Amino acid sequence: MDARKEREPMKNRTTVERKSERELVVTRTFDAPARIVFEAWTKPDLFKRWWGPKSMGMSLLSCEMDVRVGGGYRLVFSNGMEFFGKYIEVTPHSRLVWTNDEGGDGGPVTTVTFEEKSGKTLLVMHELYPSKEALDAAGTGAAEGMGELFGQLDEFLVTLGASGGQA
Amino acid sequence: MVQYTNANLDASFAALSDVTRRGVLEQLGRAEASITDLADKFNMTLTGMKKHVGVLERAGLVITEKVGRVRTCKIGPHRLQEAMAWLEKYRQLWAERFDELDGVIEELKQQEKFDGRKKRA
Repeated sequence: MDARKEREPMKNRTTVERKSERELVVTRTFDAPARIVFEAWTKPDLFKRWWGPKSMGMSLLSCEMDVRVGGGYRLVFSNGMEFFGKYIEVTPHSRLVWTNDEGGDGGPVTTVTFEEKSGKTLLVMHELYPSKEALDAAGTGAAEGMGELFGQLDEFLVTLGASGGQA
Repeated sequence: MVQYTNANLDASFAALSDVTRRGVLEQLGRAEASITDLADKFNMTLTGMKKHVGVLERAGLVITEKVGRVRTCKIGPHRLQEAMAWLEKYRQLWAERFDELDGVIEELKQQEKFDGRKKRA
């Protein structure tokens, strides 16, 4: 797998930016029309094949997706972790919005837009947290609780965000 | 983001993979401390704590300074690397997912072409 990746150095770049104290934005271009990219995000059997981060030894054990406004989803990973929520906007081939309810009230609302241009699709994934603290907690949690060290986090992420385009 | 190399990140992650070292960082985030203080606080031998501090120092997370007979430790100039590391880790997660997604999309494109040919035929 890795050998294959090395032979294909021209992967499109994934960028991450902290847009504001409550928002994270991930962008990536795909060499396919929006309807195809959208399909891969909305059909469970396709979604299952790419969502589980393989390098972390994770894969999706089950994936239920009722992709319509008010419909729910539930992802179960091989390590037992579960993620669930519901779709609050579904616009075929262009926009998906869902909630992330596994963490209670602190979960973000995720908006994914698919913008087609000359046969390619710019995908923008936007995560809006209910508060600055909730986003900080997500970062702190992921780094296994670095305590007060993360007091410096915000300032730095804002700097990163400001230089995001060039990074 | 660009000024941080993967080697930096690797050293940081390795240094952060130990619960005592994370505790030491957290402690130093509050106040400077000598190696003796830290050894006491974490119930370790002086030698053991020196090793941990050495790892943190090499990763640039901690700097030490000897004044008289006491070596004082404080958070290093690269402490912000962890903050950056989290964002970079997050980016890598998505980059990996999206590289897999490329494969799925490629297959769908091929399938569409194939179906198109079938329809025309």
